[in-house]
Amino acid sequence: MLTVLTISFALTRLSGDVAVSMAGPQATQQDVDTIRKAYGLDRPLTVQFVTWVAGVATGDLGRSYLYHAPVGELIRSRLPVTLTLGLTGLVIALALALPLGILAAMNEGRVLDRGIMMIAVLGQAMPSFWLGLVLVIWLGVKWQLLPISGVETWDGYVLPGFVLAFSAVPALMRLTRGGMVDALASDYVRTARAKGLTRFSVVMKHALRNAAMPVVAVAAVQLGFMLGGSIVIESVFALNGVGYLAWESISKNDFPVVQAVVLFLATIYIALTLLADMFNAVLDPRLRIS
Amino acid sequence: MAFHIRRLALALGFIIVVGIALVALLAPWITPHDPFLQNLDVRMAPPSFMEGGGPDHFLGTDQLGRDYFSRLIYGARISMLIGALVVVCSGLIGTTLGVVGGFFGGRVDAVVMFIITCRLSIPLILVALTVVSFVGSSLAVVVLTLGLLLWERFAVVARTTTMQVRNLDYIAAAWAAGCSRPYILLREVLPNIVHHLIVVTTLEMALAILLEAALSFLGLGVPPPLPSWGLMIAEAKDYMYFSPWVILVPGIALFVLVLGINLLGDGLRDRLGAARDA
Amino acid sequence: MLEAPLLDVRGLRVRFSAQVEAVRGVDLTVERGQTHCVVGESGCGKSVSSLAVMGLLARGAKRSATHMRFDGQDILGLSDTALQRLRGDRMAMIFQEPMTSLNPAYTIGSQMAEALTRHRKVSKQQALDRAAELLTKVGITAPGLRLAQYPHQLSGGLRQRVMIAMALMCDPELLIADEPTTALDVTVQAQILRLLRDLQAELGLAILLITHDLGVVARIAHKVSVMYAGEVVESAPAADLFAAPRHPYTQGLLACVPIPGKIKRGDKLGSIPGTVPRIADGFTGCGFRDRCAQAMPQCADSVPQRDDGAGHRHLCHLA
Repeated sequence: MLTVLTISFALTRLSGDVAVSMAGPQATQQDVDTIRKAYGLDRPLTVQFVTWVAGVATGDLGRSYLYHAPVGELIRSRLPVTLTLGLTGLVIALALALPLGILAAMNEGRVLDRGIMMIAVLGQAMPSFWLGLVLVIWLGVKWQLLPISGVETWDGYVLPGFVLAFSAVPALMRLTRGGMVDALASDYVRTARAKGLTRFSVVMKHALRNAAMPVVAVAAVQLGFMLGGSIVIESVFALNGVGYLAWESISKNDFPVVQAVVLFLATIYIALTLLADMFNAVLDPRLRIS
Repeated sequence: MAFHIRRLALALGFIIVVGIALVALLAPWITPHDPFLQNLDVRMAPPSFMEGGGPDHFLGTDQLGRDYFSRLIYGARISMLIGALVVVCSGLIGTTLGVVGGFFGGRVDAVVMFIITCRLSIPLILVALTVVSFVGSSLAVVVLTLGLLLWERFAVVARTTTMQVRNLDYIAAAWAAGCSRPYILLREVLPNIVHHLIVVTTLEMALAILLEAALSFLGLGVPPPLPSWGLMIAEAKDYMYFSPWVILVPGIALFVLVLGINLLGDGLRDRLGAARDA
Repeated sequence: MLEAPLLDVRGLRVRFSAQVEAVRGVDLTVERGQTHCVVGESGCGKSVSSLAVMGLLARGAKRSATHMRFDGQDILGLSDTALQRLRGDRMAMIFQEPMTSLNPAYTIGSQMAEALTRHRKVSKQQALDRAAELLTKVGITAPGLRLAQYPHQLSGGLRQRVMIAMALMCDPELLIADEPTTALDVTVQAQILRLLRDLQAELGLAILLITHDLGVVARIAHKVSVMYAGEVVESAPAADLFAAPRHPYTQGLLACVPIPGKIKRGDKLGSIPGTVPRIADGFTGCGFRDRCAQAMPQCADSVPQRDDGAGHRHLCHLA
């Protein structure tokens, strides 16, 4: 955690004189000085760091220069959008990857398997933001099927969610397929068949349970990636989420916000990894400490 | 049948990658026009094979009248260059870390794992964006940033394979014969993990290219007027409703290149893996 | 009038690909309440035969037979669904690797209960009760505790007992055991074999036991079939086989077993020279001829099936 804090802090100091950058190209020397004082940038680096960390601990993430509002609030107000987007993406990704992976494994070596794997290969090569734009043109404008910006209605999440999911599906699909292929070839599945269980039961109950474990771990991590990737997607689809906030603040040099957002996302990453570990323990009895 | 598809995929990947690499290398000689030359008289001209297009500009022109085809070719240069440089940089960092951690184990390994975990907890795009934005955008900055960030898979794979190899008998034999540690690392360990790393190299290269495109798309990657494909897509965004090909072309180019690299990587993994186990 | 055998397989052939035929015309019968052991070295096709009977072969394998009957009913042409209903219910199978044959994600209890609830309309609790009962029968103490445990918490011997108990959940008439003791310690082996014998006596269970260990055969077999390169080369009541083996391969096998007391210091250990041949398509004649000291020119053509009328058959020109 400490490292994360340090890195978040250090990042913004990279460009040399923070105050100058924040003030922008049109500022006078006086403006720069005011900013410097207001943000405590005239104090030594270590003091700034400690102050900031202390602030984080108490929930005070600083004030945004651009919006003249507490950063914490900015993040909070935009959080729902990003979270919904991320979860939608994850749900879509799993809804696509799991069944396809299972199907591929059950038909291992046959045409269906090859076809599905080809989709995975193609999906991995697709630049997501480009796909988003293309979909916007065709589905949104030409055919008027789905809204292309804003989230007033729930279907505003469909396109961006799908595009976000697209980047995670190939990896998840491969993992599912791999896990299922191994599981289906295992001895315990042979035992299950010998007990006379139906094909459905064997696949879904016995094989899947064991194949799911690495998938869950990766899924949690993918959620993290997706939240990171939301920066791009949110700009393409003009969604007002944390990702967009991040991009805005980066391009407009709003340092306090940048620091806070980096910290925030990194924390979520870590939390997700921990969550994935917990999930694994639930699914695999061997990992539990008895 | 399956075997042939595999062969085909590898061949296809190889052709694509080599083809684009050649295009990139020969760019100055094969481009019909100067990619930076603006000619506002002919802006937004459609490609030759669509109506309204002339024979002069094969793929039409962009919003500043620059020949699209030439920009596309030069964009290949940028993508390949960035991909290659980033992979070299991150490959060195990651492999060194991974091999050191995997070989020595114990405290050293604990430190390496810590470093890797720290890296893993950093949101990639965000940090890259931040760095580029604050330090200034240029080709060098992009390469350095991505190179310094994309090493984690190298490290993990290098570490795991080193750990596997370390316990094998021929390492013990070399050790017993009095070989020094650096020698063992270089001559015994490395050759046996290289084929895993080659696969990672291709994957990371593809990732680097996609990331650079994303960064450039957001305006925080390669600076204009350099013709990065991502940048071209961003520039085309404003005109995409009128002339869709402007958006489609660089995207397809990116897609094909990344696809080629991935196919190559997958094919290599199969080939090298099979040869090893044989 | 002899009662019809419980399991009657004739002419079983299993083909994995165009080139490889793993089982080439095997006859197997198992009488009710009797143990039939199939012996052979690795790769002779004995496991494949048992999997073929249960219909558990991998997808690429093709099986065929002159007939395959269980309790008089044809099982060769059965649909997958119908076969699923038989499996675990009237025909059960246990395997060689107790360490990996149980699903690590579910408790012993749930896996055992599932074997019963699949085939009978009973509640989960009733199934668990029956499971506890069977665990006791196979000699596992504290069954309640075991039911709630996961496979990784049990030793190999215990797991194999659990496998046996699980196979018995629906009170099957036939138990197929594919090398059930191979992966276990010698002492545990003896226990498991004794258990199987006792269960047979108590429940009237017919057992088809696959093994490569003649010691196992000697302990529990009523009838023995010796397999080599995909064929049954000799088949006889156990006592007959040990006393008077007729096929050169069987004779060679028995000569390899050092018997304490009979063998003297300095005696050579018997062995059969050569290795098992790869049987490619178009192979005719006896698969053993390259290693047989008594091979004759006619062994390369067809080989007659000899039957002495008292249940002792062997596949050879020699009497």
